[in-house]
Amino acid sequence: MTLTDERSSSHEETAVNPKLERKAHRRESWRGFLHAVPAYVYLIIFFVLPLIIVYVFSFASRSRTGRPELEGWNVDSWTRLTDELVRTIVTRSLWMAILNTVLCLIIGYQFAYWIATRRSQKVRSFLLILVLIPFWSNFLVRTYAWRMLLDSDGYITQIGELTGLWGRMLFTIPAVFIGLLYGYLPFMVLPLYAAIERIDWSLVEAARDLYASGVKAFLRVTLPLSKPGIIAGSILVFIPSLGAYVTPDILGGAKTTLLGNFIVTQFGAARNWPFGSALSGAILIVMLLATIVYFRTGGRTV
Amino acid sequence: MKRLMILIAAVALIGAACGSDSDPTTTAGSGTDAPTTEAPPEGAQAMADACALGETDGDLNLYNWTEYIPTGSVAEDAEVTDLVKKFEDEFGVDVVLTEYDSNEVMLAQIDAGVGYDVIVPSDYMVSIMKDAGLLIELNQDVIPNMANLGAEFTDLPYDPGNLYSAPYQWGTTGIGYKYGEIDDSEGVSWGVIFDPDMAAANAGYISLLDDERETMGAALIYLGYSLNSTSEAEVDEAAALIKETKDLIAAFNSADYTDLLTAGETMVGQGWNGDFLFAYDEASTDDYDAYEDFGYAIPIEGAAAWVDTMAIPSTVEHPCTAQAFINFMLDAVNGAELTNYNYYASPNEAAEEFIWEEILEWDAIYPPDDVVERLEFFADLGDFNNYYADAYSAAKS
Repeated sequence: MTLTDERSSSHEETAVNPKLERKAHRRESWRGFLHAVPAYVYLIIFFVLPLIIVYVFSFASRSRTGRPELEGWNVDSWTRLTDELVRTIVTRSLWMAILNTVLCLIIGYQFAYWIATRRSQKVRSFLLILVLIPFWSNFLVRTYAWRMLLDSDGYITQIGELTGLWGRMLFTIPAVFIGLLYGYLPFMVLPLYAAIERIDWSLVEAARDLYASGVKAFLRVTLPLSKPGIIAGSILVFIPSLGAYVTPDILGGAKTTLLGNFIVTQFGAARNWPFGSALSGAILIVMLLATIVYFRTGGRTV
Repeated sequence: MKRLMILIAAVALIGAACGSDSDPTTTAGSGTDAPTTEAPPEGAQAMADACALGETDGDLNLYNWTEYIPTGSVAEDAEVTDLVKKFEDEFGVDVVLTEYDSNEVMLAQIDAGVGYDVIVPSDYMVSIMKDAGLLIELNQDVIPNMANLGAEFTDLPYDPGNLYSAPYQWGTTGIGYKYGEIDDSEGVSWGVIFDPDMAAANAGYISLLDDERETMGAALIYLGYSLNSTSEAEVDEAAALIKETKDLIAAFNSADYTDLLTAGETMVGQGWNGDFLFAYDEASTDDYDAYEDFGYAIPIEGAAAWVDTMAIPSTVEHPCTAQAFINFMLDAVNGAELTNYNYYASPNEAAEEFIWEEILEWDAIYPPDDVVERLEFFADLGDFNNYYADAYSAAKS
């Protein structure tokens, strides 16, 4: 009796009052908007405005002392982006960022998989906290700590010399990669963990029941299901790797100019804000486009 | 979308308004009623001119190089007077000390309008800032201690007559090294860094400064050119040399290269004389004398010399306190304490009486006349500075 009553009344409402419902909907979305206002205001003041300023400055000219002047608008800074110097630096930075992302993915995937497949929730939480602990101290301090590990008296050098496999690694390319891998691995592990943990393992079981080998079940079921984590992790690692400048400076001896260092120089010693702005602006556009394409193609196949 | 366009338009308007705000200083020169080139704002100059001897007009915002003035525990360890505290006590004002590690970084701050009272630019930076109208003229009446300066420091090319700047300390950019690692029997050559054969022995244990003028300057001197060369071919050659040297060096480093040397991570390094000596002092303990292991040399091909000065930026807020401070630092006793602390030579002749004997006799700090002849000052190269910046970036890429 009550059941039929309810059903009929709800039926009546949707049928009779579409206007009321739309109104409620609108009120709901208006309330949602109000909740988002602080975030909008914050992002507009601290993200959109500075970004626009960067693009405005990229068309500015410079005084003799290098002060950017908002007059004499020109596109010189943008045309300079095609210089051979810029292309060399961009190529090298891209190469390093891609390699670091791949390294993080290979090591991070196994680690995240291992954490996510622990039975006990407590063990998983504990392992995740271990991943987060390095963030409790400053990145710069941790990079200097690596310098001590890698220098002549450091443990890593001593192990290498004992086994005869390597010598002092400080100020070499491997040292830079050790620093980058160390710095960005957590950014890969966390989203991968989130994705792998959510996987419905009965699907893997089903694959095995249908005579898929362990490798095949992983490649056809687990890997595609963890794709969102791979995409998010890769983006989180790739973008900061591309702009990294502390690590190559401290562990690599500042011997190779990367994009990050190059941009910093423009705002410091070289005092060329317009060129620095054009560089940052161009990278942002490229990254944005790449991310959109990546998400689009990634999103369709999942 | 429409809202976004309105936002962009609004921002553009704000930008334009800011642009016109800064116009008075930048375009006054091109205006018809102001024929002089970029002049600093009238107010600061007039205020500075009206100061009386020893007068203060507020706290001092001092913008100095890292660890360049004795203060706090560092001064205590070095057993010298805390000059910041002494000034505070004597004049009853507070000193806010901010530090930088590059002339260009300091210039960017002043250019952006940050209100420091006293800055410590190097020689070539004085001419850049002076020409850009970023310095005010010193009121010589309230800085009588200018008379303490040695004759050779009163008429230097970057600021003849010390109208805008008062010399603070001077020094050289040479080579610090571990004894026994390089051949120094007939003097030290820049070849220990730039000649592949000579440098091979220390491959991977050499450091160069990370500074477009200093690093390029050393390469230019090694090649037999002036460190102020404005020849594109010569600068390109120096950049190519640095690029080739990259395989032999450990790091480009201007921040802690002296620690790398005393820690054994480098054997040879380009750097500033006082920095090396300061580090050797710090590395020494009661049982260990680092001076037995490490030395400093001005290379036989020549080297860069520089004078750091005290100047008052056009953004000054307390010009009277600023000038009182400059006069205070030029005092004979205070000038001596400065040298006793940072191991750079003093331009203050009257101070020599109070400088420790061992410092005055130290060739690395007060080089003998025949060495002084090999030194060259950096000059402001105007627009050619950009060529150095690009060549240096290219060398490192």
